[in-house]
Amino acid sequence: MTLQVHIDPDWRDVGAVTDIPERGARRVATAQGDVAVFRTGDGQVFALVDRCPHKHGPLSQGIVHGHGVTCPLHSWVIELATGQPTGADAGKGCTPVVPVLVKDGRVLLAQPVMAD
Amino acid sequence: MTRERLVVIGNGMAGCRAVEEVLKRDPARYDVTIFGAEPQVNYNRIMLSPVLAGEKTFDDIVINDEAWYRDNAITLHAGRAVTAIDLEGRKVVAEGGLEVGYGKLILATGSDPFRLPLPGSDLKGVVTFRDLDDVEAMVEASGKPGARAVVIGGGLLGLEAAYGLARRGMGATVVHLMDVLMERQLDESAGYLLREALAERGVETVLGAHSEEIVGQDGKVAGLKLKDGRVLPCDLLVMAVGIRPNATLAKASGLQANRGIVVDDVMRTSDPAVFAVGECVEHRGNCYGLVAPIWDMCRALAEELTDGEGGYQGSVLSTRLKVSGVDVFSAGKFTGGDGCEDIVFRDAARGVYKRVVIEDGKVAGAVLFGDAVDGGWYFDLMRAGTDVADIRETLIFGQAITEGLSGLDPSAAVAAMPDTQEICGCNGVCKGAITGAITTQGLTSLDDVRAVTKASASCGSCTPLVEQVIRLTLGDGFKAQTGPKPMCKCTHHPHGDARKAIVELELKSMHAVFQTMEWTTPDGCASCRPALNYYLLCAWPGEYADDSQSRYINERVHANIQKDGTYSVVPRMWGGMTTPDELRAIADVADKYDIPAVKVTGGQRIDLLGVQKDDLPAVWADLNKAGMVSGHAYAKGLRTVKTCVGSDWCRFGTQDSTGLGIKLEKFMWGSWAPAKVKLAVSGCPRNCAESTCKDIGVICVDSGYEIHVGGAAGLHIQGTQLLTKVATEDEAIQLISAVMQMYREGGWYLERIYKWLARIGLDTIRAQTVDDLDNRAALFARFVVSQETAQIDPWAERASGRVAAGEFKPMASLTLEMAAE
Repeated sequence: MTLQVHIDPDWRDVGAVTDIPERGARRVATAQGDVAVFRTGDGQVFALVDRCPHKHGPLSQGIVHGHGVTCPLHSWVIELATGQPTGADAGKGCTPVVPVLVKDGRVLLAQPVMAD
Repeated sequence: MTRERLVVIGNGMAGCRAVEEVLKRDPARYDVTIFGAEPQVNYNRIMLSPVLAGEKTFDDIVINDEAWYRDNAITLHAGRAVTAIDLEGRKVVAEGGLEVGYGKLILATGSDPFRLPLPGSDLKGVVTFRDLDDVEAMVEASGKPGARAVVIGGGLLGLEAAYGLARRGMGATVVHLMDVLMERQLDESAGYLLREALAERGVETVLGAHSEEIVGQDGKVAGLKLKDGRVLPCDLLVMAVGIRPNATLAKASGLQANRGIVVDDVMRTSDPAVFAVGECVEHRGNCYGLVAPIWDMCRALAEELTDGEGGYQGSVLSTRLKVSGVDVFSAGKFTGGDGCEDIVFRDAARGVYKRVVIEDGKVAGAVLFGDAVDGGWYFDLMRAGTDVADIRETLIFGQAITEGLSGLDPSAAVAAMPDTQEICGCNGVCKGAITGAITTQGLTSLDDVRAVTKASASCGSCTPLVEQVIRLTLGDGFKAQTGPKPMCKCTHHPHGDARKAIVELELKSMHAVFQTMEWTTPDGCASCRPALNYYLLCAWPGEYADDSQSRYINERVHANIQKDGTYSVVPRMWGGMTTPDELRAIADVADKYDIPAVKVTGGQRIDLLGVQKDDLPAVWADLNKAGMVSGHAYAKGLRTVKTCVGSDWCRFGTQDSTGLGIKLEKFMWGSWAPAKVKLAVSGCPRNCAESTCKDIGVICVDSGYEIHVGGAAGLHIQGTQLLTKVATEDEAIQLISAVMQMYREGGWYLERIYKWLARIGLDTIRAQTVDDLDNRAALFARFVVSQETAQIDPWAERASGRVAAGEFKPMASLTLEMAAE
């Protein structure tokens, strides 16, 4: 993914891309709660607040496929790029997207904004 | 009139092409002199691969022979390297002290192969793959009978080198650092296909391999040692790990250079009289190693040198691999990205994989394998930024079909097709064959048409088209499709097909299944991936590596996720028996880790609820210390074996039901199954262990053991059916294991035993496990083999920190840092 942003002090290095399993996710603990950082099969990195819009399931624990993740609690499928539920659940709420940047193999995370 | 002198440093593809482009525009303007470090005339470096493979000769790949230089009055100094440029005096100095003045100078110094600084890289027999000398050295090495080559680098060049060497009869192995071949051009599916295709052509590949040292003997290369200790013996070692722009001369002369020689949009360097083209340049921060951008640069340069207009804006890249019979194309954002959609097409029969990435209604990239004829078309659509919304439906089938159908609604388009139009590419069925079969044989359904004509019977991608043909032919007489349900939206194949194909076609990886069975998504979904992972694990025990990212969370972390994201932990209590020591350990763990709830389960064990994920490994370590292992309370696999106290204590007990339960559990624990499997052993028909609502239940009687199957007490209440009665404990264990194995091999993922039984019938199970004793023994033997690799306590593995360590701790913690601000 290409995000047109400058690296300023608000970007935090949270580790290497390779720290995240392919087709998997890792959690990043923040003062406002966990952020889920995903790595897809085609090597891209996405980040969402670690909370399904449905019943707040931890998305970092779901199965990653294509550019989506299936929530471990009730199998809602959330689009990684937008945080939107897909399919039958489309339009029912949204998980906040956390801006993420990959630079030289490192994952940089913007300070997350948690919305209720 | 005296012509201005144009001097070109570099007699390669870029240098000569630049001269050609200039001559094309204004043949009389310059007096041209070319310096080349190699002693040959200009040849097509890209075609060195076919020369190595013996498919072309050097003469075939010469672009400009001596006559060209002569006819255009070009002075060629071949084999004479330029050693210095005097920018002030506008002259170049070559080997031997030759000085030539210039009006304009073009640097086309190309690139150098990158050599890994490994110990032993100076040994004889270590080469790169860049010029004719390299090819000659490689051809010579391949002449020795039984010679082996190792190629470091699984990119374009490395694979072509390995293929060429294999064609020359050498055993060739490619060692690649990444997990996917040509990972900069291919996605995983295409990479997998390429690996298979290369294996068929005698090229082995070792992926994810770190090279450590080149091993030598008597000053000659003898093998490559990898970080994991493996040594790959070889007589020739080819380094094909990449190239870097050759900017040495430019830097030494004072021209601006970073990675490459810095040029502007008209290919001018920091000196106004000096230009550069090809792999040696850096344009807007980019360096290029492919031929198409070089041609673009040469055109821009020639315009500038002949007072034309234009300029170079950078290139969008596409790649084709030159390995005979392997059609590979890649361009643009082939892996998709933010807001991109994928259209995937697979045709296993022809070994075809196509993926087109759409972004904002336009083609953003493509990967094609096996059938790359439409590569150019997709590339044109991509570069032109054509809106493809209207042709999206047929885009993946290529230009011919799309343009043949455009502007018509689907049914009119099908009606307009001639009878000779091919509908089913897999089986070569044309429209006339389908309509003919329908009318002459009175076919009424898709299944009929499939059975008679084979149309849409392979990959199924033409199914909508075939249905259109049937509908048009029959009108209202058409019966819509019914049949087994597909596994998920990624495929039209039902579970049974996938299981069968995995075994019969010996598919041993997820990507092998995706390709062979023509999945329509790049990497499956949360519903097919766990199923396939299980099917592969069951079919190839000990061989297939479990993919933890294709496991549901509970099986991935070996605990049960709860509604608040905490986990529950259930240690195994064999046959429901425990000891004061185990209970004390459980109590200590609950105290130590602040576990909020402790509950007795229905399966005769103890559940610790509300454990934080980060605490799991430590909790397990403590439980392990007290001798307890995972109870697999989270598994699609064997869970508990519930027992009553039996003849040990009970005044009605007929057999040692507790003892048999423990034996069964010790023998069967750890086995994965299509769905959860619960067992119970009751010591008498009073059935205190509730055996008759378990997946498999035993009821002890005076004369032996009744084996019951197919019970359930969950969403559905279902009593078991009696399979048979056996006389001894050993026979009971063998029969139960055989039934379990039959279910493991034949059940569909998430299909409980009672559903499986309803589908195949109790008689089938009885015939195979009770009546046919040889078959029972064979099933039992396969179960035993599978258990050999299944009975490793997953808790101990993870408590040790050696397995899946990253799973149980955050990647980073920004808590303190942010709180402090």
